[in-house]
Amino acid sequence: MSAAIWVEKLSKQYKLGHANPTLRDRISGMMKLDFLRKKPEEETLWALRDVSLSVQHGETVGIIGRNGAGKSTLLKILSKITYPTYGSTGIDGRVISLLEVGTGFHDELTGRENIYLNGSILGMPKKEVKRQLDAIVEFSGLEKFIDTPIKRFSSGMRLRLGFAVAAHLNPDILIVDEVLAVGDAEFQKKCLDTIQKLRASARTILFVSHNLAAVENLCERCIWIDHGEVHMDGKSQTVIKDYMGSMRESTAVVVDLEGTQNRRGNGKIRFQGLEFLSPEGISQKIIRAGDPVVMRFHYCVHEPIAFPSFGFRMHTETGALVTETSTSHHGIYIPAVALGPGYLDLEIDCLNLLAAKYTISLWVTDQAGGLVYDNVENAVILEVDAANPYGSNFVIDGRFGIVFFPQKWNLVGMSGRSEHSLSSSVDLRESLARDNK
Amino acid sequence: MALDRGRMRRDFIAEFWRYRELLYFFAWRDIKVRYRQALLGTSWAVIQPLFNMLLFAGVFGKLAHMPSNGIPYPVFSYCALLPWTYFSVVIGLASNSLIHNHTLITKVYFPRVLLPTGTALAGLLDFAIAALLLVAMMIYYHLKVSWLLLLTPLAVLLMVMLTLGVSMFLAAISVRYRDVKYVLPFLIQLLLFATPIIYPVTMVPKRFRPILALNPCWGMVDSFRACLLPNQPVDFKLIGVSIGLTFVVFAGGLRYFRKSEKSFADII
Repeated sequence: MSAAIWVEKLSKQYKLGHANPTLRDRISGMMKLDFLRKKPEEETLWALRDVSLSVQHGETVGIIGRNGAGKSTLLKILSKITYPTYGSTGIDGRVISLLEVGTGFHDELTGRENIYLNGSILGMPKKEVKRQLDAIVEFSGLEKFIDTPIKRFSSGMRLRLGFAVAAHLNPDILIVDEVLAVGDAEFQKKCLDTIQKLRASARTILFVSHNLAAVENLCERCIWIDHGEVHMDGKSQTVIKDYMGSMRESTAVVVDLEGTQNRRGNGKIRFQGLEFLSPEGISQKIIRAGDPVVMRFHYCVHEPIAFPSFGFRMHTETGALVTETSTSHHGIYIPAVALGPGYLDLEIDCLNLLAAKYTISLWVTDQAGGLVYDNVENAVILEVDAANPYGSNFVIDGRFGIVFFPQKWNLVGMSGRSEHSLSSSVDLRESLARDNK
Repeated sequence: MALDRGRMRRDFIAEFWRYRELLYFFAWRDIKVRYRQALLGTSWAVIQPLFNMLLFAGVFGKLAHMPSNGIPYPVFSYCALLPWTYFSVVIGLASNSLIHNHTLITKVYFPRVLLPTGTALAGLLDFAIAALLLVAMMIYYHLKVSWLLLLTPLAVLLMVMLTLGVSMFLAAISVRYRDVKYVLPFLIQLLLFATPIIYPVTMVPKRFRPILALNPCWGMVDSFRACLLPNQPVDFKLIGVSIGLTFVVFAGGLRYFRKSEKSFADII
């Protein structure tokens, strides 16, 4: 294997502040004899500092890092859009960089015309576009609108058209910036499938994304860039785990409930906060489907109470009840609670929720549930990130439902013998379909 | 060092050639977009210079009795207005071409020079349409043409080179200073009167003509008159200077563009 992309001691400096002095500023500067004085220190920012790396042919490499870490700058330099202050880069092969979907679309032109224009801008020869035109139009699913000026397109339609062109480029090396951040779930799946397909045909892919699950699935190797430097470079799983760990340390995540308006109850005991922890007791900022989670209810007892019952309820964003549980459901009796602050933990071995936002309500009542001490409605939003809880290389996100069950497919019955029963089930389906007609 | 520069130039030309299809697409886009949703469509390409010619013919030809080297004044002025319209319209559009396409410049690589060049290429269509009107006028006035007509392609080439040189310079400088947009209309107007377009060069006193020769637009319009109209007096020495300056403008514009293009994406 040889290097497809190499980067050597790359640094990029940006000047901050007065990026664009007008001619007037320059002229008035000359009048004031500015050039005789010492130049004021210009504020600068090193977007990249001494970055060296190389990517082999056929490798798929993910690049992760916080916003402003320098990921996009690196891609822009590799794409020759901007130039480094120091250092050099090299690329071996036909490279296509996709920093945006639908670059160069013109509102006044029709969908078809824009396919030609966009293809040409991305480096696809006209002959090639012509050859693939039908496939591109079909892929976009916009057959009916293809001769309409795209100023009448919705943003989703533009995205589909742009991506349809991108999916038919045939590069040796593909550089992709966060394209997954836009578009709906279906669009994202299409993107991932296309990248997966390219990967399967041994292309080199450099892939920036904030979707860590996608990076983990697509890339065997991952580079973590922080403050313009390569912070870590290695196996995706390891890098992503460390990266997520660093995000956790940065802020203790306790959702403050003191100021919540949406509460009722007599106030003998009040919730102060809700915290999400790992089993080791570390505050979690990111919670992924299938993670073990400890929910810690912080409260403060103001007057003595006996036999309280603590509980919580979780809704989806659209208002469907996911679960409701309490200490009394578990048959737990709490004779008394000490005055002052304290906390109660709810341990979840495997949070079998799929990626989505969930709202949580908390309450504490007397044993019968008739007397409400404190009740905060929809006070906390739990955001669950996509992951691959089945241990495959397939991201299971919110498209596949709200929950997943601990499960196993059993293929024992599929060995030759049971052919008969399989075919009969197909027959059944066919006859059902016939009946429906 | 000299070798290096030679190689860079060769690389630049090779890359330009590789991207020729995109150049064509930029020009095609400009043309497609320009007259879309315009009722009269491409007829605007004729209407604009025609209107200018009628205006000048009315004011200067009829009212002021401007001399015109023995050619009917409408043809005399239109013959110079033809390259002038191309020049002034294209530099106006091309100086904004980079700014208008800033989303492209910050998102995808291609030789940046394709943008002003595409505008100049697209302008040639309007030029060709407007030239048909000149042919019609020459037939109408029964003007004879000489063998110099064969040199017209050279005059067109000169016109494109001058326009491109100025366009590249203005496009590059307006990335940094948006003031160009405001200054340009004045400059164009000033230049229209500083160039012998609506008046013959013979009206300029002899001692001032060397100064006139420093204006390459003179070379541009007079080479058109010399090629297309019969019996035009040509001062080869002065016109030669003016034409020579065209090459200087082209080379200078390209050089400035190439020097500043590396920072386009950062400051646009």
